[in-house]
Amino acid sequence: MTTRSVRALSGALKPLFSPRSPQGYVVAVCHQTHKSTYTAPPARYGGRHTVTLIPGDGIGPELAKHVCELFRFCCVPVDFEVVNVDSTETSEDDINNAIMAIRRNGVALKGNIETNHNLPPSYKSRNSLLRTTLDLYASVMHCQSLPGVRTQHRNIDIITIRENTEGEYSSLEHENVPGVVESLKIITRTKSLRIADYAFRTAREKGRRRVTAVHKANIMKLGDGLFLECCKEVASGYPEITFDSMIVDNTTMQLVSRPQQFDVMVMPNLYGNVVSNVCAGLVGGPGLVPGANYGENYAVFETGTRNTGKSIANRNTANPTAMLLASCLLLDHLKLHGYASMIRKAILSTITDSRVRSHRCYMQYVGGIQLLLLRPALYFDITLNMSSPLCSSCTLLIWEVRAPHLKWSSPSWMQSRALDLAHRGTRNQMTVRLYL
Amino acid sequence: TANAQLSRVVGAAKNETPQSRTFIRGIQTVTLIPGDGIGPEISNAVMKIFEAAKAPIRWEERNVTAIRGPGGKWMIPPDAKESMDKNKIGLKGPLKTPIAAGHPSMNLLLRKTFDLYANVRPCVSIEGYQTPYTDVNLVTIRENTEGEYSGIEHVIVDGVVQSIKLITEQASKRIAEYAFEYARNNQRASVTAVHKANIMRMSDGLFLRKCREAAEKYKDVKFTEMYLDTVCLNMVQDPTQFDVLVMPNLYGDILSDLCAGLIGGLGVTPSGNIGANGVAIFESVHGTAPDIAGKDLANPTALLLSAVMMLRHMGLHGHAKKIETACFDTIRDRKVLTKDLGGNSKCSEFTEAICQRMKDMD
Repeated sequence: MTTRSVRALSGALKPLFSPRSPQGYVVAVCHQTHKSTYTAPPARYGGRHTVTLIPGDGIGPELAKHVCELFRFCCVPVDFEVVNVDSTETSEDDINNAIMAIRRNGVALKGNIETNHNLPPSYKSRNSLLRTTLDLYASVMHCQSLPGVRTQHRNIDIITIRENTEGEYSSLEHENVPGVVESLKIITRTKSLRIADYAFRTAREKGRRRVTAVHKANIMKLGDGLFLECCKEVASGYPEITFDSMIVDNTTMQLVSRPQQFDVMVMPNLYGNVVSNVCAGLVGGPGLVPGANYGENYAVFETGTRNTGKSIANRNTANPTAMLLASCLLLDHLKLHGYASMIRKAILSTITDSRVRSHRCYMQYVGGIQLLLLRPALYFDITLNMSSPLCSSCTLLIWEVRAPHLKWSSPSWMQSRALDLAHRGTRNQMTVRLYL
Repeated sequence: TANAQLSRVVGAAKNETPQSRTFIRGIQTVTLIPGDGIGPEISNAVMKIFEAAKAPIRWEERNVTAIRGPGGKWMIPPDAKESMDKNKIGLKGPLKTPIAAGHPSMNLLLRKTFDLYANVRPCVSIEGYQTPYTDVNLVTIRENTEGEYSGIEHVIVDGVVQSIKLITEQASKRIAEYAFEYARNNQRASVTAVHKANIMRMSDGLFLRKCREAAEKYKDVKFTEMYLDTVCLNMVQDPTQFDVLVMPNLYGDILSDLCAGLIGGLGVTPSGNIGANGVAIFESVHGTAPDIAGKDLANPTALLLSAVMMLRHMGLHGHAKKIETACFDTIRDRKVLTKDLGGNSKCSEFTEAICQRMKDMD
């Protein structure tokens, strides 16, 4: 929050502490973002968003629990609608329920659903089914070197944008002659144009200078040739962004020797899988990078490398960073930027704080994030019930703070110290943001 | 006796069985294809080093350029084909692929002609050429004939292109068995099959099944399976966990170049192609580098290490060890290095240093 908006808002505080109804307030204060094209995400009732949560398999349920816990602690106005998808079931009812829930809510947070590849081909990968049915055509992964994490390479900042619905993942296979299997890789002009346009738009929005298309058009002349052609076509509409292309095997070689040369990369499905996993490995592994799948109407957030983590499930050792950062991306998508940046800052501080890292225990790790949220350097929200100055949940928060420099003696400190107001909350609730 | 020997030689000359011709007096003949660009210089370097090492190899130089055979099909010159068929072992330098020559790449032609089904690339960290990854010691074995590179593509409707990835039982079986055979012969502990069977259930499923069947026959070698994305992820974090990797064509292409990048690039990576009928062609996989061709600046390490691989394939482990040690010691010394390795010397100086080291070893 800028000091300007804060000061402007402090004037709005006075009427709120008077025993009048807060109706006027809800209309007056709006510090949300400013795009004229902003449309409120769907499923937003009474200021609270409903988000579909698909725990998935392996470490998915644990990570989902962390996210819920953290959101509850930060009083994020998000309610999760949990939809379980059983990967051992061969019927597609579970995944169809999940898809319907996502259509209803518009956004989802998901863990990876395991695919038993020993089952016959009629059992399609659930994750793949979700992506293609909802037409989540862009999978975006932002790989950044994090300050506290030691890796072989430093200063990496790559955004990988991967076409998510066609290419090698069409699941069209047949065996015409026994012993000879053909798998079809489909590349279409419309989808290639769409993903290229998405890539360049993202590059422009984020102020990136260069987009690299990754392909294998020397061998797959028609397929990847078409993809490359579409990228070039779109590139001509964005003259300020440099466009170049690189063959996928050279790309992987360059990534392990000099990854700092890459900026934004756009590619078809399979190469995207390889390159995004290599980038994730370069910045520190699957536990650190969040991923997002965007479509025209829906958005699904998950860990970047989509692992089920079966081998480390239920052992309290999974790194929740990827999922927590994915939940921050979710909050950004819901335009709850304040919460998103608060949680993100806390996570990054926790990673650099070696005391917390050495514990290797997720509970304390998440506890560390909670601790940092309460630390004086940040702010935290208190939800108040208007009928009484301090609601019960608020009391709980205050008791957890233990910050000696704050004076908890009387409610009058709220009038003098409250500097900002969020307009979230129902009519009889108000959220106060305290800068400490 | 003299008579017996004479009759044997005459009989051999008449018989034209390849084996007897190449093993006269214990010296093996190898077809050498210098290639284009820096090819001739590095081939000369390798020949000189082999001479200094007193390796029992006789080189037969041949050139490959695509020529139109009867029936309009492109093929390699018949004398090159004949030489390879006779000698069975070849060493190849970089070949350039002209863009609009109308014929497919030379590498593709060679592959088709000799049915080179396995591409083996051992990636070992070179002490003295520092990369962010140390202690890499793995081998990628890639199926080289089918898979995504079958070249079968169609435009279905305007704007929709379909590429066919072909996986056959026979090719998968062949590559799986080769991988286990290689692991056994080279004292490797485990073989990992890399696949994406969760998405491409039938094709990679078939590949995986064949690998499992081969694993049954080679119980002394451990077999694991791993998804392609997991392998990529773990490879850049900790490459020491991998040993032998076997995979279909596309994944193999990407992963073998990834591993080459881990140890320092294509300029120091050896590579071998194994074909049916006992044919094996060892090559350097870097490009022809036309900008430094003829200037004595090239780095012969890749071709040299491929030649060492060739010696091991032929069973000449002693000579292989000698040459390899000399090469690695020279690089570790860091006194005489070519430009791409960070030094300032010429190719001939580097070669001379290796030869000198080998002479000192004797």
